[in-house]
Amino acid sequence: MNIDQSRASDIRVDLLEIARVIDSGSTVLDVGCGDGSLLDYLVREKQVDGRGIELSPEGVNRSIAKGLSVIQGNAEEDITFYPDNCFDYVILSQTLQAMKRPDRMLEQLLRVGRKAVVSFPNFGHWRVRLSLGLFATMPVNKTLDYPWYATPNIHFCTIRDFVNLCDKLNIHVEQTMAINSKGYRMPLHNLALANLMATQGMYVITRK
Amino acid sequence: MIMLFFMNKNIDEKTGEDGRADVVTLGRDAPLRLDSGEEISAFDVAYKSWGRLNEDRSNVVLVCHALTGDHYVRGISPITGKRGWWENMVGPGKPVDTDLYFVLCINVLGSCAGTVGPASLNPATGKPYGLDFPVITIGDMVRAQAMLLDYLKIETLFSVIGGSMGGMQALQWAADYPERVKTAIAIATTWRHSAQNIAFHEVGRQAIMADANWKGGRYLDREEQPHAGLAVARMAAHITYMSESGLTSRFGRSLQDRDKLAFGFDADFQIESYLRHQGISFVDRFDANSYLYITRAMDYYDLSADHDGVLAKVFQGTKTRFCVLSFTSDWLYTTEESRHIARSLNAIGARVSFADIDMDKGHDSFLLDCAEMDGIVRGFLNSEAEMMGVQGS
Repeated sequence: MNIDQSRASDIRVDLLEIARVIDSGSTVLDVGCGDGSLLDYLVREKQVDGRGIELSPEGVNRSIAKGLSVIQGNAEEDITFYPDNCFDYVILSQTLQAMKRPDRMLEQLLRVGRKAVVSFPNFGHWRVRLSLGLFATMPVNKTLDYPWYATPNIHFCTIRDFVNLCDKLNIHVEQTMAINSKGYRMPLHNLALANLMATQGMYVITRK
Repeated sequence: MIMLFFMNKNIDEKTGEDGRADVVTLGRDAPLRLDSGEEISAFDVAYKSWGRLNEDRSNVVLVCHALTGDHYVRGISPITGKRGWWENMVGPGKPVDTDLYFVLCINVLGSCAGTVGPASLNPATGKPYGLDFPVITIGDMVRAQAMLLDYLKIETLFSVIGGSMGGMQALQWAADYPERVKTAIAIATTWRHSAQNIAFHEVGRQAIMADANWKGGRYLDREEQPHAGLAVARMAAHITYMSESGLTSRFGRSLQDRDKLAFGFDADFQIESYLRHQGISFVDRFDANSYLYITRAMDYYDLSADHDGVLAKVFQGTKTRFCVLSFTSDWLYTTEESRHIARSLNAIGARVSFADIDMDKGHDSFLLDCAEMDGIVRGFLNSEAEMMGVQGS
């Protein structure tokens, strides 16, 4: 039973930003948990009671082997089987843009969780605008690493789009963070500026 | 005496055998009350064990076997003369690591490998029970196992693991004895037998009962045995354990020992020859009546029956941690059945992991070498053991 001690601190910087907003000892569902890195970190460092849903078999296998309670499945379908209010936090990290109906997913997140932490690539970033505006091609870069015809990301939005959607769905934005390409939080509080400079938006949302 | 057994490691020092086999007689003082309402007292239960029980008796893993399986998980089986059926899963350094865990496998009620079944002698008549043996259920099998654990003074199971009917027992254990089961691993299994599952079993039973040598189940004291019927039952069942792609890649339309079709009803095709072999070799090791009883127990299996058909209610409030595994090519107990178990457990906030393993060998995949399954079982058990502070001896 060798436990890799280095593992916990090895998670991506932007995942650490998510971990920062999660209270110790809370109950957490990570939707699209990948290989379970964030969940594993939260279980070890913050003693959360964590669960996950993941589509890819490799991710599921690695997660379970870490001792995490993760089920293989389609997030949009499987989340509907959880009861109301059964988690303190539901995390949707870099997955919203791959959903068939991001709006319904946000509603589901806040049905099963009291709070949701949602992060997504910002299509309003200046590089994306440059690619579209100047070269008139769909952007391919480190955060959006797929050509348009083979991308799993089917519903891109900008930070402003996300805020508008929350408004429309009567969702309260509790905390907003602009994340740069290195995964660090940027000290930007102006929406227009964040929408231009951030490669990722990260939001803590609740029901109104 | 029991403690003496437990002190030994994997190789029995007296016999040099892999593991230790034993038979105990249970139910002398208090009989086993069956779901049918009947009772059996003073009945034999056969089991085998590996590894060492630790001081606080917290490292017990119960392996549950499938329909035609037995307790010879490892080592040479005295019944078949072949290696045990799950040597790739259970053993020193294996996913169910006998260097860490004290592993038990108990032959199920109704079987013919040592535990009481229809081929055992009925003390009332001095002859084999035959159809006088009471009809049993998966719940009865589990209750008999619990009686053996009581006898061995083992209160809690760190884990109960099984595939197919073994998985049904694992789930039944978690449902009936939630406080005794810390973790349960249910592989390639279901929470209730479907109409299709029952249908295939009925074909098998009818094949046995249609054999003129079956004689209403009274054949054991005769020369002629219902081997033809039992072989057909096995052949039909064996098809359900494989997948179309598995059969195609292994046999295709290849001919058996000939270059062209013989225009007759001999085994022209390799698949026919293979199935016939499966059927014929099965009758030497399995009792036809046992086959009737155990398939019946599986057909009666429906965990949700007492809970308005709602599986989630069965496990309400459970603290057991579950790991549910299915195989993509298993059409006997499909991925959807396992997914339903996982979703039901999520609906009540139970701890469950679920993986659908990509393997093209059908239902029997759980018996085969599979790195994904091994990795998951090993990781699940070891991380849970670490969290619960379970130590090897």
